[in-house]
Amino acid sequence: MNREELESLALGERERASRFSCRFLCCAGTPCLSAGGAAVRKALEKAVEGKNGNSSVEVMGTGCVGPCSRGPLVTVVTPGEEEHTYEKVTPQAVPEIVEAHLEKGVEAASVPSTVSRDSSFFTKQQKIVLETSERIDPERLESYVAQGGYSALARALEDMTPEEVCEELVTSGLRGRGGAGYPTGIKWKQVRGAQGERKFVVANGDEGDPGAYMDRTLMESDPHRILEGMAIAAYAVGAEQGFVYVRGEYPLAAERLGKAIRAAERQGLLGDDILGSSFSFRIRIRMGAGAFVCGEETALMASIMGRRGQPVPRPPYPAQRGLWNAPTLINNVETFGSVPPVISRGGDWYSRWGTDKSKGTKIFALAGKVCQTGLIEVPMGITLREIVFDIGGGIPGGGAFKAAQTGGPSGGCIPASHLDTPMDYESLQELGSIIGSGGLIVMDESSCMVDVARFFMEFCMDESCGKCTPCRSGTVQMVRLLEKIKGGRASAHDLEKLEELCELLKATSLCGLGQTAPNPVLSTIRHFRHEYEAHIEDRHCPAGVCSMPH
Amino acid sequence: MNFSAQKESVSSSAQNEARSDGGSRFKKIDRVMKRHGFQQDALIEVLTSAQESYGLLDEELLAHVAQNLRLPLSWVYGVATFYHFFSLAPKGSHQCVVCVGTACYVEGADQIQKDLEERFQVSSGSTTADGRLTLSRARCLGSCGLAPVVVLDGELMGQQTSRSAIAAIEDAIKDEPEESHQEAEVTGSAEEEP
Ligand SMILES: Cc1cc2nc3c(=O)[nH]c(=O)nc-3n(C[C@H](O)[C@H](O)[C@H](O)COP(=O)(O)O)c2cc1C
Ligand code: FES
Repeated sequence: MNREELESLALGERERASRFSCRFLCCAGTPCLSAGGAAVRKALEKAVEGKNGNSSVEVMGTGCVGPCSRGPLVTVVTPGEEEHTYEKVTPQAVPEIVEAHLEKGVEAASVPSTVSRDSSFFTKQQKIVLETSERIDPERLESYVAQGGYSALARALEDMTPEEVCEELVTSGLRGRGGAGYPTGIKWKQVRGAQGERKFVVANGDEGDPGAYMDRTLMESDPHRILEGMAIAAYAVGAEQGFVYVRGEYPLAAERLGKAIRAAERQGLLGDDILGSSFSFRIRIRMGAGAFVCGEETALMASIMGRRGQPVPRPPYPAQRGLWNAPTLINNVETFGSVPPVISRGGDWYSRWGTDKSKGTKIFALAGKVCQTGLIEVPMGITLREIVFDIGGGIPGGGAFKAAQTGGPSGGCIPASHLDTPMDYESLQELGSIIGSGGLIVMDESSCMVDVARFFMEFCMDESCGKCTPCRSGTVQMVRLLEKIKGGRASAHDLEKLEELCELLKATSLCGLGQTAPNPVLSTIRHFRHEYEAHIEDRHCPAGVCSMPH
Repeated sequence: MNFSAQKESVSSSAQNEARSDGGSRFKKIDRVMKRHGFQQDALIEVLTSAQESYGLLDEELLAHVAQNLRLPLSWVYGVATFYHFFSLAPKGSHQCVVCVGTACYVEGADQIQKDLEERFQVSSGSTTADGRLTLSRARCLGSCGLAPVVVLDGELMGQQTSRSAIAAIEDAIKDEPEESHQEAEVTGSAEEEP
């Protein structure tokens, strides 16, 4: 396929879609499916059969819409009319919806309520990576192409040199979305400049943060976007082979990525001589087998090579010496997902969003004690208050906001007094947390911050790979100390010891897991010291979570 | 499938035929190894399909894989014990996974886990004495919007309470005759190109 053929494929698909008098778009992300979305889709397919001769109506699965706790979601698109998105749709409600839209006129559908697109849940968001997610059938390449898919790759291959692609990424200010926020363009340049007969590109879809599902959703909703981003990266750094490393718990993501790879290869968008150029690039999928530490880049590479996922000290960085000792580019899947818009609309355009040092948008998985949970994409620099109260609709049951946890086991808790903090890499770091990969868990007064610290420390203890002593033994000791505090058996000295261990792990652990494991403890001590003291001095748990001796 | 050893695998395909002699018990796994050209890098893929096909990785199987991939048994054992997904002990005929990821934790998953352990007299990560139920924990199943989440025999159930989860499990295991857990579910996914 060449560029013209790509354009005519897009045109053909857009024409096909415009011929339908009515289209039912069923969100096919995991949250909607596990709420019964598959049965709803079947019911829809059955209900439209025979109606209007069936041919002018389409039922299709799409990527994620966002308000995940309100699924299954069904959006009805009728040309010239307002769109309706129904929430919590059941198979029983389907006949009424179908009849309303095909026969009676919209008002008739009264059973499931609709999701208002004018609500601040949607209007406060800025979707760039997820822009087309809810319009795309993740299982059909044409559907992605119709939304402009692969045109960025075509542009890069035909109109730009690899150096120019790297430069465009530098201009965009895009930083890694996997946690550390390293400038993407700079990393690409390093891999481009590294010496090596062959090079690799790896997409990190291991998504370890135990309260986050941005990467899963992106892989499930828009798999071709990630492949396109990887192909552009491969062209820029000079690689011919890529891997997507998918967390073992995400079979649907792997299935859809697999389908996407095969479809792209068939169309000449991956494989040899892509889009008629001399550039070749292949992508394989690797499944994780359940180990958090494999999200760390050196451990991930070990796992790709079939070994125990144990990290090794850096340097050398993967950019110099990675998979099979070849220079390797590793980026998070959301980072790759941000690449096509940067290339097609330009780095300058992308850098209009965000703050001085944190450009663009970030996807967050909003969960916990918040009215509207779900997947959101917001400009960097939006305040936590806007996310929790405008987008998330505040705390359910009239509760009070206590803290938001970001960055998972490597991050920290942001207290109510910092609700107006802009969400960017630097501001969160100042508060002792990190943007992380995008998990954002809201907590109300029913959460005990000592218990939260224990929760994350226990996670790190379980997931420590055991290679270095500070992390292997330190996490065990810290869990014990936190249990002691929770049980009302600790002294002020224990708190000191805990803080000492935090510094020790930070300074001496081998990899990021151990180095950042103390963060949840340190940030809760910093912002909620009084709670620790209440447990220690008054033998009292303010939230009523820990059982204390009487 | 694997990249590094591609050249090697082409030339050694004749040997491969000879090497896969594990008898009928390991036929499935032999096919997977063959598809990967008996490359050592494919060890995790091979173990994953073995886990899916046989429900556990026993010593004989690990030795068979080690021999065919020309790896030391200690290496294979090391990988098999490193990843949570692999289990060296048989699982129960029903499996219940409680998500204890952050969102589920905030919504009370710890209590659900404790209540299930108490009700079915089994600690997380192990199987009941009658072999009917394996209870385990997961760290986030990517459905945080539905927290707390429990998975019973592969079916994800959202917004659970201890009571609803116990009821669902009781219902699932009620007509299960004891000791039927040996040949637990054999799925066909080993054949799929990952
Ligand atoms: C313990 C640990 C876990 C990590 N888990 C992930 C993960 O799940 N996903 C991810 O993209 N990066 C993860 N990272 C960061 C990666 O090592 C790496 O920095 C990242 O994939 C680079 O991509 P980026 O520059 O696009 O962010 C983890 C790091 C550490 C130390
Ligand atoms: S924390 Fe349980 S599904 Fe994410």
